[in-house]
Amino acid sequence: MSFELETAKEPEKLKRVVIEPVSRVEGHGKVTILLDDENRVHQVRLHIVEFRGFEKFIQGRPYWEAPVMVQRLCGICPVSHHLAAAKAIDQLVGAKHLTPTAEKLRRLMHYGQVLQSHALHFFHLASPDLLFGFDSDVAKRNIVGVAAAYPEIAKQGVFLRKFGQEVIRMTAGKRVHGTGAIPGGMNKNLSREERDALLKDIYPVVAASREAVALIKKVYTGNLAFHSTFGYFKSNTLGLVGPDGALDLYHGGLRAKDASGETVFDHVDYSRYSDYINEEVKNWSYMKFPFILSLGSEEGWYKVGPLARVVNCDSISTPLAEVERREFVAYGGGFPIHSPLAYHWARMIEMLHCAESIKDILHDDDVLGDDLVVQGERALEGVGVIEAPRGTLFHHYRIDENDLITMANLIVSTTSNNNAMNEAVRQVAKQYLDGHQVSEGLLNHIEVAIRAFDPCLSCATHALGKMPLMLELLDCEGRLLDRVYKAADGSVASLMS
Amino acid sequence: MRRIWALSMSLKPSFSLDGQTLAFLSGQTIMDAALAAGVYIPHLCHHPEFKPHGSCKLCTVKVNGRNVASCTMPAAEGMVVLNDTPELNEARRALTQMLFVEGNHFCPFCEKSGNCQLQALGYFLEMLSPHYNHFYPQREVDGSHPEVLLDRNRCIMCELCVRASQDVDGKNVFALGGRGVHTHLIVNAPSGKLGDTDLAVSDRAVQVCPVGAILKKRHGFEVPIGQRLYDHKTIKDVQTGDGHG
Repeated sequence: MSFELETAKEPEKLKRVVIEPVSRVEGHGKVTILLDDENRVHQVRLHIVEFRGFEKFIQGRPYWEAPVMVQRLCGICPVSHHLAAAKAIDQLVGAKHLTPTAEKLRRLMHYGQVLQSHALHFFHLASPDLLFGFDSDVAKRNIVGVAAAYPEIAKQGVFLRKFGQEVIRMTAGKRVHGTGAIPGGMNKNLSREERDALLKDIYPVVAASREAVALIKKVYTGNLAFHSTFGYFKSNTLGLVGPDGALDLYHGGLRAKDASGETVFDHVDYSRYSDYINEEVKNWSYMKFPFILSLGSEEGWYKVGPLARVVNCDSISTPLAEVERREFVAYGGGFPIHSPLAYHWARMIEMLHCAESIKDILHDDDVLGDDLVVQGERALEGVGVIEAPRGTLFHHYRIDENDLITMANLIVSTTSNNNAMNEAVRQVAKQYLDGHQVSEGLLNHIEVAIRAFDPCLSCATHALGKMPLMLELLDCEGRLLDRVYKAADGSVASLMS
Repeated sequence: MRRIWALSMSLKPSFSLDGQTLAFLSGQTIMDAALAAGVYIPHLCHHPEFKPHGSCKLCTVKVNGRNVASCTMPAAEGMVVLNDTPELNEARRALTQMLFVEGNHFCPFCEKSGNCQLQALGYFLEMLSPHYNHFYPQREVDGSHPEVLLDRNRCIMCELCVRASQDVDGKNVFALGGRGVHTHLIVNAPSGKLGDTDLAVSDRAVQVCPVGAILKKRHGFEVPIGQRLYDHKTIKDVQTGDGHG
């Protein structure tokens, strides 16, 4: 796990290529590439240049506000922040075990969230690259192009996402930024009418999810040599697993494995996360670089999210997803799969798992119950961890005796994938840029590598792939040689000619 | 019966409100008579249980061409009152916008959202933006009371808590201190902390806050979205219907 290409020896003598904005993390990111006169790559960095400040401005606020306030970090996966914060706040109010109704409603909300987010990413954002090719006609490489060429696939994406959003609305009150989870439980159950409405669609949702797995499997294995080597790198992996080692997106213990699949730690109580994970700060990014403490910052960085989770777990509790997991894992030949593009495949397996889990919960009458909240002995510190669509999400709060928050620490999924995304971008730059002229196709290769992780960076790509890019080519004196601009409509123009 | 009722109404003094004839009892204000007749005049600092205050100016109406606060102006025989006019509603919208920008009102994560009169009034008056520059004042959140939170960021200085504490609770917990834009809610304790006052969570002063400034601790967001007071009703519906809200 080298940091080759992170820092060039003599950067002042190199040409600097800047891609800005790559996208946003509710803000902005950029890629910088340093090239010599022969266009050999010497340094590549994905910078997150946005500063949010949520950890600061929640200080002094009452703790019961946290699940509703902090979810505003994101418009794509607010449910994940809502529930991670709620789990932390549960500890503050002494709710060690939620009622069966509350736990199942929260799980339902969470599965709906992961399902809609995964559907959005795969169908709307990733499928144009995968179906048309990374450097295909830019005018068609978007969801509108997919809708024209593959209308049934586009409709499936819309259908799945809509269903997930409805699950969220019925459990949280709104499709985006609801209030369902409160300290110690939930503020509403499902009515029979709501449950029946969801049941009406759940079997087509499961079927559509199966078809999505089949589609990505066909695409991925259809050009296995390319897809499995694109941006390839090895790393540790981290995720939550249940007591039996099964995938658990809502609750469990922390499991980390090294690049060869050997266990680093397992079933760790996540409230002790700081004994196992630390964060490094680098002077070129506002985003921290988390690492496994026992392995150190050089060797301990890890990836999270669908690929990490699916290779990390021993099984998946729902039968259809488990069959798919086994087939997926078999492609590793006994070793963990590390190919960034395999994230797409793993993501669809998780989506199928969510669809099956929603079906099971909807058939459980507990979701109609009225026993919604528990409380116990109050505490001054709480940690909540959940598997968000993009990976492990940590929320940690301390309060004072007046119920006001004094400290908040959030490690969001995209942060955990910081080094991994940087490494993927470096590998792609080395594979496809080294010694070549910059082109729109190359720019999209870099986007494809970043997009595989579905980072919150892709808040911009979530806007139908309209990721505006500005690429500048400077000589070693800092003189501008060329400037290429990719507009939101996908058109590319040299601004210097 | 109908004839007797009609006769009694015809004997009462009356005035005209937006062209509608409203009867009133001696001592009633324009606001009292309007609410009794089910006619809504926008307001925030007025509450039927407490003596009028006349400070928010949202209930301003035109009487014989002059602007007056309807919550303090006694109704009089033959008055011609204008209430629901574009000019008055525009002024009310501007006043509401000023209230939003001079405090720190963040509806998206405020637990009073959906039950807040300021927010409901903003919707009713079709306020689409704050319009004015935000003051972003530095205001204290007082969590010192074991059961009540005081968040001065959301206070609109309506003094309903002041009146409730004095007139109903028989205490003197709240008051306004300072002047002009420096006006702020203070509490009656040498430390300045709510926890050092004799406020009880059951006091009327805790219940009456129209915004999210005075709240019961540890009870946020318990009413689901869709079941909150103003989720399906406007503030006009609520305040001219079963209850004042």
